[in-house]
Amino acid sequence: MTLAADELTLERAWLTDLEDEAIHIIREVGGQFERPVVLFSGGKDSIVMLHLAIKAFWPARLPFAVMHVDTGHNFPEVIEYRDRHLGRLGVRLVVASVQDSIDRGRVHETPGQSRNPLQTVTLLDAIAENRFDAVLGGGRRDEEKARAKERVFSVRDDFGQWDPRNQRPELWDLYNGRHRPGEHVRVFPLSNWTELDVWSYIEREGIEVPSIYYAHERAVFDRDGMLMAVTDWTPPRDGETVRSEWVRYRTVGDATCTGAVSSVAQDVSAVISETAASTVSERGASRADDRASEAAMEDRKRQGYF
Amino acid sequence: MPGQLLRVVTAGSVDDGKSTLVGRLLHDAKAVLSDQLSAVEAASERRGYEGADLALLVDGLRAEREQGITIDVAYRYFATANRTFVLADTPGHVQYTRNTVTGASTADVAVILVDARSGVVEQTKRHAAVASLLRVGEVVLAVNKMDLVDFAEDVFDTIVTDFAKAADGLRLERFTPIPVAALAGDNVVDRSANMPWYTGPSLLDYLESVSPHDLAAIPARFPVQMVMRPRTAEFPDYRGYAGRVEGGALRVGDSVIALPSARTTTVAGIDTADGSIEQAEIGRSVVVRLADDIDVTRGDLLAVDVEPRPVMTNRVTATICWLSDRPLRPGDRFALRHTTREVRAVVDDVRSRLDISSVSSIHTGELELNDIGTVYVRTAEPIFVDPYELNRATGAFLLVDESSGATVAAGMIAHV
Repeated sequence: MTLAADELTLERAWLTDLEDEAIHIIREVGGQFERPVVLFSGGKDSIVMLHLAIKAFWPARLPFAVMHVDTGHNFPEVIEYRDRHLGRLGVRLVVASVQDSIDRGRVHETPGQSRNPLQTVTLLDAIAENRFDAVLGGGRRDEEKARAKERVFSVRDDFGQWDPRNQRPELWDLYNGRHRPGEHVRVFPLSNWTELDVWSYIEREGIEVPSIYYAHERAVFDRDGMLMAVTDWTPPRDGETVRSEWVRYRTVGDATCTGAVSSVAQDVSAVISETAASTVSERGASRADDRASEAAMEDRKRQGYF
Repeated sequence: MPGQLLRVVTAGSVDDGKSTLVGRLLHDAKAVLSDQLSAVEAASERRGYEGADLALLVDGLRAEREQGITIDVAYRYFATANRTFVLADTPGHVQYTRNTVTGASTADVAVILVDARSGVVEQTKRHAAVASLLRVGEVVLAVNKMDLVDFAEDVFDTIVTDFAKAADGLRLERFTPIPVAALAGDNVVDRSANMPWYTGPSLLDYLESVSPHDLAAIPARFPVQMVMRPRTAEFPDYRGYAGRVEGGALRVGDSVIALPSARTTTVAGIDTADGSIEQAEIGRSVVVRLADDIDVTRGDLLAVDVEPRPVMTNRVTATICWLSDRPLRPGDRFALRHTTREVRAVVDDVRSRLDISSVSSIHTGELELNDIGTVYVRTAEPIFVDPYELNRATGAFLLVDESSGATVAAGMIAHV
């Protein structure tokens, strides 16, 4: 297949710019690091990132490990997708389990609380055990105001901590991946993508995503202004009324802190229309973990969160 | 840049109202979502402010909100019907000028803010110097807080004249002045009724219509990131070079020179995961196959074999922005990162420093944090360069402290 340059529409040209930038960043990781790992949650951003990483090294195989930090509180559709999708891509998955961290006494679970914050310990332990030196994440600067301050190559000290006031200046497309023993570098190839860009790219590339990203009928109840699904870990409390509603997920994370949104969008183009028309941000609509305080994300990132 | 994307950097000194301007731009361009606005309203109320402080939209760090200042570059994304924008919002404090350099390094347009009450100050000149040095194509002088000087035309005119004087000395060829009042939104998105004497565009009108001024196109440069040798059943003998086209366009059949070997060969194919292409424009990430089996590795450069060719050298004269607390002195050693190549380097001589207040070069022996100066750099191995004014990608480099890994200088090659 040969593409002529003038076949690319302007709209596609912008997505191509983003793709070229991400591929350049991912190849720099390949050139500068010994043991990189791609974080894969089964969420749309990590799916797009893995897709880009595979394209970046084509026709060679992806030379990076792929890791899922698993809270154990997953939507079954996502785990089914994860295993099927990665199997089809021929990618071997490392699972870092929060349950293991709990069993080994590395972290302590508070009953009734989300396991989301516990992931940081599991992640940092897995980075140390596997001696990963570059950790690629699907974080985007448009998601959240603390993430807007993030570099593309972002150094973590040997405690895994982010120091936002002492970041390296990042100029042109010269990415400085130098780090000392024990330190590692977080890399965000999707830094300049928006939620709409991600969906437009999913449509353009024909990428499959977990079914819960599309509208489906589900038993839900209202909690903290979000639509929560009835799961083993999120049973309705007294006074919370369960009803059946057409919903989809805008983000796919730990089931205990991820809410659904009302939706009729059953395919990619309908999701793109809804996203373009939405008056609420993706994390505002569906993430309880960011609602804890004004600086919730900053605090988690400082400690080593994705 | 292909596509409809415009990269904008905003710079101003403390309290010029830059975050307010950016917040206003996002808000009035309808790029602020309702939950983000409610969060800002709630936070403003907690702080006892009257009305929503739109600066809280962009000040993402706790310390920034507490101190009411911007500490670090924040990137914001918004789109109008006409264009998609990436906005790098950079802080105004003297000690954080390095962030302005960061934001400016990829920008098509620089918006430099001044407070109408204080006019052109040293920081304004510093930002103009950075915009000029980094070759940001277009510069806007946004004179903010016009409401606090009764929207007076003569105040605006004086500031424009002062800025023009400084711009002259900084080789900043042209700029577009716009009077604004960010707090109430005058001339940010909509034209202001308070300043009938101003007939130009609002800031957003300007940003939507400006065509970014590109550097002169030079023949394609292709810094090699990786060698692709899959050795799979499907591709047993494939050998290609992965990288991004920096400057010009690369075509199948082009005669290219490989550096440092200086061997010449021909582009046999340009591949992507989506198929082969005949031509790769500037910015495209591709894999290049060559007609001859020559030794090429990461850090090497392929260049179309016509004038002007890149220069292979281990000595350059460069303008640098010094970004470290520790002063730069002759004899200091670093790792130098240029395209995909990293070599050891020594700064043999620190020749001069740009004096911001007089906008002139003065002789000096060392550079301090935020200084802009001219230095001689010698490298242990050759690098393959173009003057920065011909090509950002092959004309720019970083100096990296080898022990801490910190990026301590941004360099722009003047000549070799």
